[in-house]
Amino acid sequence: MPLFLNDHGSSFYDFLVSRGQDLLRDAPQAGGHTPASGPQIHSSVPAFPHGTTVLAIRFQDGVLMAGDRQATEGFQVSGRRIEKVFRTDAHSAVAIAGAAGPAIELARLFQVELEHYEKLEGDVLSCEGKANKLGQMVRGNLPMAFQGLVAIPLFAGYDLKRREGRIFKYDVTGGRYEETEYYATGSGGKDARDTMKQLYRRGLTEVQVLRIALEALYNAAEDDIGTGGPDLVRGIYPTVKFIAVDGLRDVEESQIAAACRALIDERRERA
Amino acid sequence: MALPYYVSPEQMMADKAEYAKKGIAKGRSIVTMECADGVLLVADNPSASLHKISEMYDRIAFAGAGKYNEFEMLRKAGIRHADLKGYTYSREDVAAKSLANAYSQTIGSIFSADPKPLEVELLVVEVGQAEKPNELYRISFDGSIIDERGVAVIGGKSEALMTFLKSRWTSASISLREALRLSVDALDTVTNQKLGPEVLEVAVLDRTRPGRTFRRLAPGELRVLLNSP
Repeated sequence: MPLFLNDHGSSFYDFLVSRGQDLLRDAPQAGGHTPASGPQIHSSVPAFPHGTTVLAIRFQDGVLMAGDRQATEGFQVSGRRIEKVFRTDAHSAVAIAGAAGPAIELARLFQVELEHYEKLEGDVLSCEGKANKLGQMVRGNLPMAFQGLVAIPLFAGYDLKRREGRIFKYDVTGGRYEETEYYATGSGGKDARDTMKQLYRRGLTEVQVLRIALEALYNAAEDDIGTGGPDLVRGIYPTVKFIAVDGLRDVEESQIAAACRALIDERRERA
Repeated sequence: MALPYYVSPEQMMADKAEYAKKGIAKGRSIVTMECADGVLLVADNPSASLHKISEMYDRIAFAGAGKYNEFEMLRKAGIRHADLKGYTYSREDVAAKSLANAYSQTIGSIFSADPKPLEVELLVVEVGQAEKPNELYRISFDGSIIDERGVAVIGGKSEALMTFLKSRWTSASISLREALRLSVDALDTVTNQKLGPEVLEVAVLDRTRPGRTFRRLAPGELRVLLNSP
């Protein structure tokens, strides 16, 4: 591999695009024909895995991000243990829903993008800067979205200047919208949002916010066929990450398992 | 039309080498050293924001001496190379050897083809993992590449520094603090002044850290390491 001496700026994504190596824009040409426009071409792409429900909630120390572990292909479960919440740097994470292939690639590329900028500039991007860059990358994915490969991330980060957690959601055109309390996306997103709407209040503690996240995912799994609930037989539980001033932290699986069991026991009593 | 003067290739190369050496001799020096915790890099650098030492990848660091704009361009190109490789294949496939080779090729071809050679000297160092030894590569202005053991030095006073360090550096099992003190002693001796933490740029590739091992040592931390008994 040669050295790239000419100035390419500080963005790894733009560097890839300038080299024509952008994996995100290299949309597979289904059946050898180029789609004109619109999502009517859906059926021409063979079945591929979809990620389902992910969410983010703000709490007193920062922001929580969580996701279930299931991937589906049509009416089939294609993966029980996939990861949908990715650490992108010390103070941010991306959760993905939709076409799993391009979405995971997007998260991986975004992680390299942030690290690349940090190394070249000797400085980390601001929280807002990260959110904007991710928006540009989502927009770059638009040609693939037209073929039905829609990959929409949810971004959560801790803003070191404002000293608070922040949540950004996106649309397929790269539109970027900030959420001030909570948000969930994916097939079970609506159900998760309904739960959070009932339970959310300001200044939640870590324990309370973890409970709300798991409850929202549980309800999503109950009402949405795509979302996977806690799997007690195989010991598969949702992934949860906290992002606060001292960085991003994975919640121990044992802690999540205990919280899930407590939740299920309560439901059993209610039934 | 006037014919250009004939200059023999030997003469041309000798002139270029002399020019590059002169440029590098004007600059300050950088010392790198293997120690128990990993690989230490110490630069005599009065600027707190214009760095001479930089992170390249998980286990790889870079240091440049000579002309700032030239080694900065090479530093950025190296990070692009490393990130592209890590993204295309896997993070563990990024190695100092291939980076050092790429630098050697690029600097060498600029030295022979361009009218002005690069006035830079580079260090590319990688901290080993488990049983794998550390790697220290020094790349000269003409693209020659030297695989160093234990200690490597670049910049203006590199020969005097190497003489000083050769007899004093004993083994890679010295602690980070010992290595830091030895490096600073060496820099103090050749520059004939006492270099305080505010004019030193220090970083370490910390063997024990998972993932990105590069860590800068802040002036406060340096003060503690240098002054404690």
